[in-house]
Amino acid sequence: MIQLNINKKLNTPNGTMCLSIDMTIEKGKIITFYGESGAGKTSLFRMIAGLLSPDEGNIVVSEEIWLNTKKKINLKPQDRNVGFAFQDYALFPNMTVRENLEYALKKNQDQKYIDDLVIAMELGELQHKKTGILSGGQKQRVSLARALVQKPDVLLLDEPLSALDNEMRLKLQDYILKIQKKHNLTILLISHDIDEILKLSDKIAILKNGTISQIGSPSEVFEQQSNENVQLAGEIIGILQKSDTYIATIRIGTNTLKTAIPISEIKNYAIGDNIIISSKLIAPTIQKASK
Amino acid sequence: MIDWEPLLLTFKLALITTVILLVIGIPIAYWLAYSKSRIKPLMETLVSMPLVLPPTVLGFYLLVAFSPSNAFGNWLDEWLGIRLIFTFGGLVIASLIYSLPFMVQPIQSGLESLPTHLKEASYVMGKSRLVTLFKVLLPNIKTSLRTGVVLAFAHTIGEFGVVLMIGGNIPGKTKVASIAIYDEVEALNYDTANSYSLVLLLITFSILLTVYLTNNRVFKKFSK
Repeated sequence: MIQLNINKKLNTPNGTMCLSIDMTIEKGKIITFYGESGAGKTSLFRMIAGLLSPDEGNIVVSEEIWLNTKKKINLKPQDRNVGFAFQDYALFPNMTVRENLEYALKKNQDQKYIDDLVIAMELGELQHKKTGILSGGQKQRVSLARALVQKPDVLLLDEPLSALDNEMRLKLQDYILKIQKKHNLTILLISHDIDEILKLSDKIAILKNGTISQIGSPSEVFEQQSNENVQLAGEIIGILQKSDTYIATIRIGTNTLKTAIPISEIKNYAIGDNIIISSKLIAPTIQKASK
Repeated sequence: MIDWEPLLLTFKLALITTVILLVIGIPIAYWLAYSKSRIKPLMETLVSMPLVLPPTVLGFYLLVAFSPSNAFGNWLDEWLGIRLIFTFGGLVIASLIYSLPFMVQPIQSGLESLPTHLKEASYVMGKSRLVTLFKVLLPNIKTSLRTGVVLAFAHTIGEFGVVLMIGGNIPGKTKVASIAIYDEVEALNYDTANSYSLVLLLITFSILLTVYLTNNRVFKKFSK
């Protein structure tokens, strides 16, 4: 069980933002944080890992206090059993792939686990190569493997599969699920890939301007989101009068659509106006686009 | 035949200075690269002072400080039995101060250029700051370390003003090559002066060339 309750003022390019998170995460679950860039996802991960200090709050992981600002407890990153796959991989260029993994081993930890990881991540041929020459996808696999080495209480994955091709991504998603079940890992994930989120997550938390705007199972959250209005921005390119109503032609991107405007409102619109057209999506028909 | 003593003394001084500077330069550079302390600008200024200060100014103040007629020099002499004026030990101390920025600055900028995530990834893996420094940070700034070592070494070889002020011209003790050259020119022995100069020229040229050649090879290896 992870209890998070943290507040931190962050300086962002859009001014100061207050990151304020209060949530509980069950052990052995995968929870995904989803939201626009700058919403505070990575900062939240850094605070859990102890790389960034919150202004106030507490973090309790499996009944061990990692942070309690009132009691002035703030464990160093070294003392928190966290695995972190960084978005930019953070591999050590002076070491080979295997040395990178071995570096993450704890004292007296069995080397054999590294062999398993090397096989699972298909790093066999690369293991004695320096990391500088690897491709983005290969680096990402090494970074994920390295975060798994120490069998952490909390595994923080910051877009761990974004640079992979589809086949490898699906394979590693399966592997993450497998290893998560085997070791009962608690995984916190940042992802923008809806398919990935649906496949991996037990829960999804939507982060907006530093706070959780929605939390629940992925299907619940996405369903709720899709109930919202569809809003499209467009421009009026023509208005025609037909008996007692007006028909406006609106250009949206490269498409046009026609919609009726009541006589009482037509005086508010003219050709060339930029408008926003909203509609509720009720039972839309979905069809695969022809290639 | 030239007297090799001044040349040997020069290289001995440069070698000792460089080794000590490497040991004290790394922690100073580390602190300057990562500290958020308010006194950091002050420390940076102090470390960089020898870059702009005339060597004679530095030499003069060291001379005053180390002089047994002053409190500090007197204390050194009476309590520790150390005399730093006109001795090789004094030259080493003066050289350490004089060449400090040449060791610290390349290492500092090397550390600053490394992505913060390298350090953080190591911390998250439970590694201490010291282990991180030696296993992750320093191995990834080898070029900066090499530059620091060579610049500090070469700069110490090129010392003149500081040595003259604090070391004087005692054969076998403080008479380094640059002083010997000056000495020979004053005595109008241009041939001997030329021999010393040529040796210094060739050696420093070879050292620098070796460094640039190896640095380029390192770059090529990484960019492959």
